[in-house]
Amino acid sequence: MTANALTPGIVAGRLDPADYAEQFTDLHPRLDDHEALVAADRCYFCHDAPCITACPTDIDIPLFIRQIATGTPEAAARTIFQQNILGGMCARVCPTETLCEQACVREVAEGKPVKIGELQRYATDTLMEQGVHPFSRAASTGRRIAVVGAGPAGMACAHRLAMKGHDVVIFDARPKAGGLNEYGIAAYKTPGGFAQAEVDWLLKIGGITVENGKALGRDITLDGLKADYDAVFLGVGLGGVNALNAPGEDKAGVLDAVDFIADLRQASDLSRLPVGRDVVVIGGGMTAVDAAVQAKLLGALNVSLVYRRGRDRMNASKFEQDLAASKGVRIITNATPVAVRGNGAVREIEFEYTDDDLKPTGQTFRLAADQVFKAIGQTLSGDGLPALEGRKIKVSGAGRTSIAGVWAGGDCASGGDDLTVTAVAEGRDAAEDIHATLTAEG
Amino acid sequence: MADLTTEFAGIKSPNPFWLASAPPTDKEYNVRRAFEAGWGGVVWKTLGEDGPPIVNVNGPRYGAIWGADRRLLGLNNIELITDRPLQVNLDEITRVKKDYPDRAVVVSLMVPVNEDAWKSILARVEATGCDGVELNFGCPHGMSERGMGSAVGQVPEYVQQVTEWCKQHSDLPVIVKLTPNITDIKKPAQAAKDGGADAVSLINTINSITSVDLDLFAPEPTIDGKGAHGGYCGPAVKPIALNMVAEIARTPSLQGLPISGIGGVTTWKDAAEFLALGAGNVQVCTAAMTYGFKVVQEMISGLSQYLDEKGIASVQDLVGRAVPNLSDWQHLNLNYVTKAHIDQDACIKCGRCYAACEDTSHQAIAMSEDRTFTVKDEECVACNLCVNVCPVEDCITMVEMQPGEVDPRTGKVVEKEYANWTTHPNNPGACAAE
Repeated sequence: MTANALTPGIVAGRLDPADYAEQFTDLHPRLDDHEALVAADRCYFCHDAPCITACPTDIDIPLFIRQIATGTPEAAARTIFQQNILGGMCARVCPTETLCEQACVREVAEGKPVKIGELQRYATDTLMEQGVHPFSRAASTGRRIAVVGAGPAGMACAHRLAMKGHDVVIFDARPKAGGLNEYGIAAYKTPGGFAQAEVDWLLKIGGITVENGKALGRDITLDGLKADYDAVFLGVGLGGVNALNAPGEDKAGVLDAVDFIADLRQASDLSRLPVGRDVVVIGGGMTAVDAAVQAKLLGALNVSLVYRRGRDRMNASKFEQDLAASKGVRIITNATPVAVRGNGAVREIEFEYTDDDLKPTGQTFRLAADQVFKAIGQTLSGDGLPALEGRKIKVSGAGRTSIAGVWAGGDCASGGDDLTVTAVAEGRDAAEDIHATLTAEG
Repeated sequence: MADLTTEFAGIKSPNPFWLASAPPTDKEYNVRRAFEAGWGGVVWKTLGEDGPPIVNVNGPRYGAIWGADRRLLGLNNIELITDRPLQVNLDEITRVKKDYPDRAVVVSLMVPVNEDAWKSILARVEATGCDGVELNFGCPHGMSERGMGSAVGQVPEYVQQVTEWCKQHSDLPVIVKLTPNITDIKKPAQAAKDGGADAVSLINTINSITSVDLDLFAPEPTIDGKGAHGGYCGPAVKPIALNMVAEIARTPSLQGLPISGIGGVTTWKDAAEFLALGAGNVQVCTAAMTYGFKVVQEMISGLSQYLDEKGIASVQDLVGRAVPNLSDWQHLNLNYVTKAHIDQDACIKCGRCYAACEDTSHQAIAMSEDRTFTVKDEECVACNLCVNVCPVEDCITMVEMQPGEVDPRTGKVVEKEYANWTTHPNNPGACAAE
């Protein structure tokens, strides 16, 4: 018997096998040459441009767009990569609608910003597809630096350190490098194996060794790294997942959204990836949207995204919310789960309406659910870390932690948004600080 | 409804829009399509002497300059005069004129500079029933190497001589088409007038190389690795054409000489500007070559609407309206003082005015922390650069200071009286006002 959208339970193959590729195709196909010229021509080349200020990595956007407009996307890519070595991935996953494109004067003027993200992708893809790595290493310093975590922060840090002539070893718990770029982002944002291709391309700088399957606290320790290396950068991300704190959340069918997204990204055949008929995603951020949309794309009949506060408090951008809605995801706000019911496996969830201050109203409702994804945030996990600030590693300046010789950046560190582009900026800046520190030591 | 009919050098047409002598008017087929689309007249592509027709290159004939979204701004060509047999053209002209008696059909001519050549072709052209002839003294490429086209147009004596021959051997109205590849356009215009021309038309194309192929290191369009200069036309040449039309229109000795305005007319507005500067009608080529013959319908409706809105009854009443306002720099009013003003509601805070003024002009725009841009009146010389670089129309305007106000830049009271350089104290040659 072949499954379809109506088949109850968590089953694979709800769609015609031929339809999966189409479902998970590129969200924004790359601009062609003419589209890029037209889009580039809309840039006003603003003085002291607001888009640059809005970019966490301070990419000189007007300059790279002008370089595209004049037929040199390769030069544009160099401008981008100077500030953001993961400019290729950021072009795909950055919430540009809340960063550079929100600041674009044409957004202010006419509600239609210059397509900065798509132009960035046009430029970076052009150079990367040529197999060109635009940087070379400085003379070897003989210094060795350990980077923990091969996500955006760690990769950006490692690359900048390698450029400066240091030797870098990256340790990562997962089988592949890339971090959330490889495991934590919706497939339609980065199809075609781009995340690994980007890692390979980045490593062309040389001087970087990646050791996969090495987890901090299990295979390596911070003390050990401190002893063996001249400096340590922690870009370990947030390995833990917050609990619902509702009775019954241990029932079968209740899963972490990040695991679902990772499984989907690593699946070689999406038609064999099971998904529920009635899927409920709990959370209001990018991860919740990524999980909900992809559940829908896999053929789930009903997908509801339930968030405990109002729409305007959701971490997912307006664009992401609209994307979810356009794919048929029902967004329910102001509802908090109070119980997960079912006999062994989840059958339904009971929610209580809550106001924006999370004050319970006493009014409840139930949603049928055979699969539930928890996406209510991740937490830092691990022992023996530097001092925390709140629930993250406390940093000052360019990622300096409470421990001398140990820097941190990305989602695990305090300050900044939990965005790929922010992680890149923090990794890059920490590398500059590490370099300055090591150089000053002589 | 405004009256769009025109009578130019005695030639009537239902509207002032003619197709210029060029590829669009090379054949009966094209011209019929043009008339069906609504063009008021055509100047048939230049005919040459009888005998074996000239040949064109078999590689690219055109080069181009583009703006945003590949909008064609300038076109360059190395095409020569018609490469079809003379009699074929004459037969086609005869048929077309017979079928479109209300449209203007003017025939462009270019033969060697000898009287017999002109006499001979004029007789045959007259037999077609056409409305007039246009002497092609303008083509800057190819034919000029053979002593024709702009090689004639650049020598006023030749212009006058050939015009005289044509007036002598034909009763048709004679329009002399002028080349812009000359220092002073008034000289050949005067020569044409002195030769008895009924009108002049200008400009023909401008000597040009549109671009260089940076792989081949050859000018474009490139023929087997080589390139020759061509003739430039299209929207990019309009300012040059307007000035040359204006030069003729304001010269006392050329008064009364009808002008057919040519050069980058793309919209009704372009046409209206030529008319206001003294052209009796306009000729169009590049716009038709870019968008097809239908563009004339926008030109007709636009000009008609404009005239109605202005309360101008006819095209004739628009012709020359701007001529009295053509002046020399030395007569411009130095007591007219303006200051740039930025409309903060319209400003989108791009900062281009600031970059332009700060880097290249008078440091007269201030930028605040929150990207508010304001004009420093004490520095502003009213150069207008900020207006020109601002991407928002009417965001920056020039506001006239009123007499009695003090210009904060100079500290002087703005005078009510007109005063120009000729009487300015800094002018060593100033003459006292009388």
